[in-house]
Amino acid sequence: MTTLWVTIVAVAIASAAIKAAGPVLVGGRDLPPRIVSVIALLAPALLTALVITETFSEDRHYVLDEKAVGVAVAGVALALRAPVLLAVALAALTAALIRAFA
Amino acid sequence: MSRSTERRGELNDDMSRYLAGARAGLPFALAAVVLGIYFGVLARSLGWGALAPIVFSIAAFSGSAQFAVAAVLGAGGGVFAAFFAAVFLNARFGPMGAAIAPYLKGGPLRRALEGQTVVDTSWALASRGEGRFDREFMMGATIPQAAAWIGGTIIGALGGDLVGDPEKLGLDVIFPAFFLALLAGEFRNRRAVSAALISAILALALVPFAPPGVPVIAACAAALLGLRRTI
Repeated sequence: MTTLWVTIVAVAIASAAIKAAGPVLVGGRDLPPRIVSVIALLAPALLTALVITETFSEDRHYVLDEKAVGVAVAGVALALRAPVLLAVALAALTAALIRAFA
Repeated sequence: MSRSTERRGELNDDMSRYLAGARAGLPFALAAVVLGIYFGVLARSLGWGALAPIVFSIAAFSGSAQFAVAAVLGAGGGVFAAFFAAVFLNARFGPMGAAIAPYLKGGPLRRALEGQTVVDTSWALASRGEGRFDREFMMGATIPQAAAWIGGTIIGALGGDLVGDPEKLGLDVIFPAFFLALLAGEFRNRRAVSAALISAILALALVPFAPPGVPVIAACAAALLGLRRTI
């Protein structure tokens, strides 16, 4: 029981500290242009890494399953100019159907 | 126009951006309710009781880290293993916070508090390209998701097993699909495409060698491409 509470408190403090670090350290100052261009690339880099790891990995293993099919369906829908929410819903529906019948 | 009317106009504008953000966050709030219920039920099945998962969701407000802690402790792991699993997963909020920092307001304490509203979906929704962010939109988008995550945890922890396994509903796929949709909007120049490609290679290559979360934070190194003057 204590293990659980110690973990909860430690994780809560660490999460808050991680989230506070950037805003406190960077503050409101104007950053040099080269740093701004690094920050501008953080969004595409982070989003790509999230897509890749959430789709193709579980713990330390590679997976290629219904998640990849769902995300691919979303990709096709987006390429056909479907609204974002429709594309996302189609991805979830695809994975759910495969899981229901596979 | 008088000063006070001007100020009121600004406030109205801020308010409408908070509301627009909240609306954009609503679909993810729906998912967060279901995932929160699942977390509460999972915690109860691990013998955590009702109070611990609820306190955890309020204090940490971090789905991925909380599920990781449940997985590690549930498998018999100790405090350190659970703690570092959560820290690795949440490390991505470091660069996300640095990116949005120039748009937050006030002194260090207020900035630290505003930084707590950074979550993946809100941060990505508030990205306006070229490193610009919409502070009010992001905070607005987080509010319904936070309420949903905490509310869902309470329902699940108090015994409301309404939903079963969220994977059956395909809910785990909405996040990568959504991030893919936002990623498409980030491809404004060749640099962004190159950074994404490098990030994809780094993240994929590290999966077998690093604990979950580390490949994502390491893939941020792709953004260093921005240091090059030309490409």
